[in-house]
Amino acid sequence: MEELKVLSPTAILGYGFPEQSFKEGMRRHPDVIACDAGSTDPGPYYLGAGYSFTDNNAVKRDLSIMIPAALEEGIPLMIGTAGGCGARPHVELTVDIIREIAREQHLHFKMAVIDAEFEKDFIKEELRKGNVTPLGPAPELTEESVDECIHIVGQMGEEPYMKALEMGAQVILAGRSYDPCEFSALAISKGFPKALAIHMGKILECAAITALPGSGSDCMLGTLRKDSFVVEPLNPERKCTTLSVAAHSLYEKSNPYELPGPGGAIDLHKTTFTQLSDSQVEVRGTEFVPTEDYYVKLEGVRRVGYRTISPAATHDPVMISQIDEVIRGVRSRVEDNFNMKDRRDIWLDFKVYGKKGVMHMFPETPESSSDELLIIIEAVAPTQEEANTLCSFARSTMLHYGYEGRISTAGNLAFPFSPSDCRMGEVFEFNVYHLLRVADPCEPFPIHLLEL
Amino acid sequence: MKLIDIASVIRSKNSGPYELTFDVIFKDFETYGKVKAAQAVSKEKFCALYGIPETDVFHLVYFDPAKAVKITIRRPIPSGALGETDVYGAQQHAPLMGMEIEI
Repeated sequence: MEELKVLSPTAILGYGFPEQSFKEGMRRHPDVIACDAGSTDPGPYYLGAGYSFTDNNAVKRDLSIMIPAALEEGIPLMIGTAGGCGARPHVELTVDIIREIAREQHLHFKMAVIDAEFEKDFIKEELRKGNVTPLGPAPELTEESVDECIHIVGQMGEEPYMKALEMGAQVILAGRSYDPCEFSALAISKGFPKALAIHMGKILECAAITALPGSGSDCMLGTLRKDSFVVEPLNPERKCTTLSVAAHSLYEKSNPYELPGPGGAIDLHKTTFTQLSDSQVEVRGTEFVPTEDYYVKLEGVRRVGYRTISPAATHDPVMISQIDEVIRGVRSRVEDNFNMKDRRDIWLDFKVYGKKGVMHMFPETPESSSDELLIIIEAVAPTQEEANTLCSFARSTMLHYGYEGRISTAGNLAFPFSPSDCRMGEVFEFNVYHLLRVADPCEPFPIHLLEL
Repeated sequence: MKLIDIASVIRSKNSGPYELTFDVIFKDFETYGKVKAAQAVSKEKFCALYGIPETDVFHLVYFDPAKAVKITIRRPIPSGALGETDVYGAQQHAPLMGMEIEI
């Protein structure tokens, strides 16, 4: 096999793609259709709650085009990080969608489902053996923090995908995966260089985000050869340029020259980008540097409590000039009323947009000034009921708070909504972001074969 | 001049839940070359703009193929933790736009 083509329909399963671009992709006779379905970008909530940040109907729409196309062409379809986070509930909800499509379209195929969720006891045992280390700035893991986890997933490499292919799977639906895997697995199993296969996967996993104009909802094609690969968009309105492709090496990465993954890192120090036509870019020279041991990245979240918020605004110049004092006064009134000064399990916060909103995590940066402020009152507590109580009380206290110099005595806040308070439900935070040393890249990721 | 005058892209984003990464892509290779030669985008200047210690900067890398410079730092809080105002980290770039550049 001299050449292997990978079709990437969309940046995230459910983000959609124009059918015309997809048809153009199929006209090129790809060897595999691959799609990433997840990300940690939307934050810890989705891993904790067990559902996706993408919409089920949108996911179904994408799959109902990809599955029959792959079966008709006789090529595998590979989906990584199912359901946005790739824990068991996320995989299961995607399995249900695929079953529905198979039933509706009278399709029959073999589907491999690869599990990426880890049991707490297993992680604790590995922790005791010294096989778990923090990744970058993440804190040390303890057995208590493992016990607090709702779900723990591990990012698989390409090896479990390769095993599923050997088992004869036509559709592979995997839990949490290192993003390039579903794109690189077939190529690596056919003997193409790992460095190029992974680098191509790194670019294809974001689909047409790499092109100009960029889009997360349009198709890209990668053509891999033994010494190079070529990427190109499938919509004539988009182009790949050496700059757009090179710049993509920066996107969401810590260091553009070294991109670490399970089993090793790709090294871009010797990579060259060449413009082949006005929309095709050829990449060569990328190297793979294996690590001595094989590491799997773990992600886990714990529940912090339940949240209720109330967005409210002011346009009063006196109130705006007194806002810090108002917040101090309201906070102390709430703490006093519910005797919560020493409670560590309660969080009461006031996000003040127009003063220190977006840049809140950098307290030393200059404050904004505005003749309007949006204040988001936020309460997080061990139960939803308690969060409701605290938020409601803080809101009513702020509405009628008698600050220094007040002349607008009817009410301090403009509420955009009735009801003014919004129950946000469970709140989670990341508490596992670690590396797990494994002896075998496949063993932690069991594969189940389903006949649909 | 300011960075916004000589860059075509200035952006920020999470790189995992515990890091924030900033990319600056320059308008042309000539300007990029001068900025790189002068190391005009530096740890010191970045830390002064954001009010963070230099130990929080994990990488500051000039990346020739994209005529870009990348700065990756410790996220002051993990993505989505209590106190968050930018879950994706995609709106932390504005102070960087105003970085003074002498070349």
